[in-house]
Amino acid sequence: MTILVNGEARAFAPGTTVAELLDALEVPGGARGVAIAVDAAVVPRGEWETTELDHGARVEVLRAIQGG
Amino acid sequence: MSVTDASTVIDPLRIAGRELRSRLLLGTGGFRSLEAIATAIEVSGTKLVTVALRRIDPDARGSIVDVLERTGVQLLPNTAGCFTARDAVLTARLAREAFGTDWVKLEVIGDDRTLLPDAAALLEAAEELVDDGFVVLPYTNDDPILARRLEDVGCAAVMPLGSPIGSGMGLLNPYNLRLIRERAGVPVILDAGVGTASDAALAMELGCDAVLCASAVSRAEDPTAMARAIRLGVEGGRLAYRAGRIPRRLYAQASTPEDGVGEF
Repeated sequence: MTILVNGEARAFAPGTTVAELLDALEVPGGARGVAIAVDAAVVPRGEWETTELDHGARVEVLRAIQGG
Repeated sequence: MSVTDASTVIDPLRIAGRELRSRLLLGTGGFRSLEAIATAIEVSGTKLVTVALRRIDPDARGSIVDVLERTGVQLLPNTAGCFTARDAVLTARLAREAFGTDWVKLEVIGDDRTLLPDAAALLEAAEELVDDGFVVLPYTNDDPILARRLEDVGCAAVMPLGSPIGSGMGLLNPYNLRLIRERAGVPVILDAGVGTASDAALAMELGCDAVLCASAVSRAEDPTAMARAIRLGVEGGRLAYRAGRIPRRLYAQASTPEDGVGEF
């Protein structure tokens, strides 16, 4: 299935969870300063392991940067 | 009277029931390295520091969160770059997840060139976030009426601009800032436009409760020296405000007694 990760279409196995997607991106999931939105809704950290992504899902993977 | 007399000590800043032992908030944007940020935090004495969220960059080196946590400061996520209330609210909720804080520096920008706030969208986003349990610190125009409306919907502070973000033009409308301070029942934090220490001092002399600056420090030729200069500006301005300045007069008033002058 295809998932739009930060605006870029990528192929993943059906049933891929948010946590598995972060692993694939080599994002240290345990670290503070990372947040995930799927289809413009926040996925709380506690639900990363259990939230399965659907085909066509729009995922935003954000991390802390300098600013403001 | 000694130099440790209560009247010579900088009184703490209180926001939403939390006490901060510095009246200078530091933005982390524009610093050349994470080490430079850590040094500026130490020298400035700040206790509240802004951070932002952006899409992950696989090439990014080092974690700003790790650096900031080592300094012991409290994080204040911003919603910089958001042009709609919807995006700002979602970004604030993401920041709450990312940083484990419900404090947010709310920015809803109305225009790319000036980066001035979109007043209507700002108020809408502020109300939604307050209802969702956030401690909202809105970056706002220097508009006394808007500041009052933001306080009315439950914002924990108001953060009027001195001049546009990164412009370094200082305080373009001290009169409006005074009006905001007179009417506000929450802390007033001068946000944006500070170019150098005297701007920060002036804001504090007008009665602002704190100053937030980023570029003034991070883009100075010597950020460490400027961090200290602006700290002293904030502290000097605060003490001067509490001390009560003399009124301006049109003509001189002798400070040396005029009686008993020798006649030659």
